[in-house]
Amino acid sequence: MTVTVITWVVEGTWAACIDATRRLAPDNAGIVLLHVTGGDVSAAAHGAYAGLLGRGPRRDRDPGPRLAELGAASAAELLEAAARALGRPCTTMERRGRVEREVVAAAEGAELLVLARDGDDTRLGPKSLGPASRFVVDHAPCPVLLVWPRETPGTGSIPTPPPHQHPHSHPHPHPPGPGSPR
Amino acid sequence: MLGEVAAEAISVAMLALVLGFAVVRPWGWGEAVVAVPAAILVIAVGAISPHRALVEAERLGPIIGFLAAVLILAQLCQDEGLFRACGDWMARGAAKRPTRLLTRVFIVASVTTAVLSLDATVVLLTPIVFATAARLNARAKPYVYSTTHLANSASLLLPVSNLTNLIAFAASGLSFPRFAGLMLVPWLAAIAVEYVVFRRFFRTDLNVTPAPTQAAGTAGLPVFALIVLVLTLAGFAVTSLAGVNPAWAAAAGAAVLGVRALVRRHTTPAAVWRAAGVPFLAFVLALGIVVTGVTENGLAGALMRVMPSGTTLPALLATAALAAALANVINNLPAVLVLLPLAAATGPGAVLAVLIGTNIGPNLTYAGSLATLLWRRVLREHGQGEPDLAEFTRLGLLTVPAGLVLATVALWAGLKVIGG
Repeated sequence: MTVTVITWVVEGTWAACIDATRRLAPDNAGIVLLHVTGGDVSAAAHGAYAGLLGRGPRRDRDPGPRLAELGAASAAELLEAAARALGRPCTTMERRGRVEREVVAAAEGAELLVLARDGDDTRLGPKSLGPASRFVVDHAPCPVLLVWPRETPGTGSIPTPPPHQHPHSHPHPHPPGPGSPR
Repeated sequence: MLGEVAAEAISVAMLALVLGFAVVRPWGWGEAVVAVPAAILVIAVGAISPHRALVEAERLGPIIGFLAAVLILAQLCQDEGLFRACGDWMARGAAKRPTRLLTRVFIVASVTTAVLSLDATVVLLTPIVFATAARLNARAKPYVYSTTHLANSASLLLPVSNLTNLIAFAASGLSFPRFAGLMLVPWLAAIAVEYVVFRRFFRTDLNVTPAPTQAAGTAGLPVFALIVLVLTLAGFAVTSLAGVNPAWAAAAGAAVLGVRALVRRHTTPAAVWRAAGVPFLAFVLALGIVVTGVTENGLAGALMRVMPSGTTLPALLATAALAAALANVINNLPAVLVLLPLAAATGPGAVLAVLIGTNIGPNLTYAGSLATLLWRRVLREHGQGEPDLAEFTRLGLLTVPAGLVLATVALWAGLKVIGG
């Protein structure tokens, strides 16, 4: 039985996911590179044109369909670049819709989902996961490999623990382990 | 002669029909298909006299000509590659800095909207911005949303920036430089609000460092088109101060670029004709006549009671808020046509406050108005994709009230300093 690994390719952060997939996916894994185009950007452009009263239902002027076309082309290019960078046999998959929901749906039946953090990586904490990757991490139907889009911060990034609040605390706090809360 | 109640009822029914048709656009028909017969009907039944309709046509005629010239000018600039060059400029130096790309998109979108009107930003610039973001391997959403927002909120500066401005400019009695002088700080204030909100709102997408997949293009700057644009802008000020309609400056700029493009076969007469948007111009004229029927048979009297008068800060704020509300219910074009006669009676300050409301206001609702929004919801937009309405509205709630207040305060201060 082969293992299916899905790697979610997103603009700006995909290179780290591809690296992790190349290094960590088992040799017999079937790798699927997934990209999802949200409909909201072209819909916003279409809405801006629809809001201009009286300009006519001219498809050649409406930026919505044009953006959808450009988006499809750039998604195809991105997947191609990612497949080249991976340098291992893989298939690509493009989906359209609500991004986080499409990713979860695509991961159904897979053994592993690889994705990158996409939040504020200057302050480590809850915000280092953006809304989309937060949703995917919470709802993914399979194990998730969460990678840093840049160099992984070392344990030196862990702040010194705050002084203990409750009265029966240990007088000499342990050095924080990897599982200690921030 | 028709009784006033019947005349008002017919005019209101026609206006509802015209606006409903313009929102729905059934069977791919243009809006003028219903608007022109509706205007003829309003005159035929005597809701407004032929003479009054003629006066309205004479008022709107030069405005429509001005609009046509600006639309042609923008299209010719596109044909000369101006927006492509803008795309390259936005991409250059922004490769590793998504926030710098946002800054450059803000500059280009604000200037494009101010000089070549919001149509140019929505129709011509938005695809370029998207392509630029894609080329940089950046996430397109913050940048595309910027252009859609700035098409409205950055359209305060010049009379040519928005059709609403052109209509109000003619009624305000202001000169072109004075209009720009009074609107400069409100324009900057509205853009600043958008920038601050966008930086925070899209901080996740803007935090990702793009890695360009393609080298930045090096399309040359269309120097001739740029010079013509700058001269046209100067022409607006000169003609206006000389007592000549600045529409002539726009016409001259469009003529120079147009003849050159035709000689060099960069465009065709048919393409120039299409760029002018003749059905759109007919729609504007017909809408103006129908709205006159509605206002003069009773609506003006009713609105007089809710319309604030005076140019104190609270009165200006109330005027802008009323205009923004009306723009959000139907659309900003009829809102300006309805409110303008009342505001003009108060003075230029009130007219400009109306513009702040009608121009910034539409960002509150997706597609510019509740009427359009509701219809698009009913239709579920075949294949257009769904906007995230909650997100879109949150962005509107963060930018619009703050933009309205700051721009109006800036206008009020400007009126105090340089006078109406």
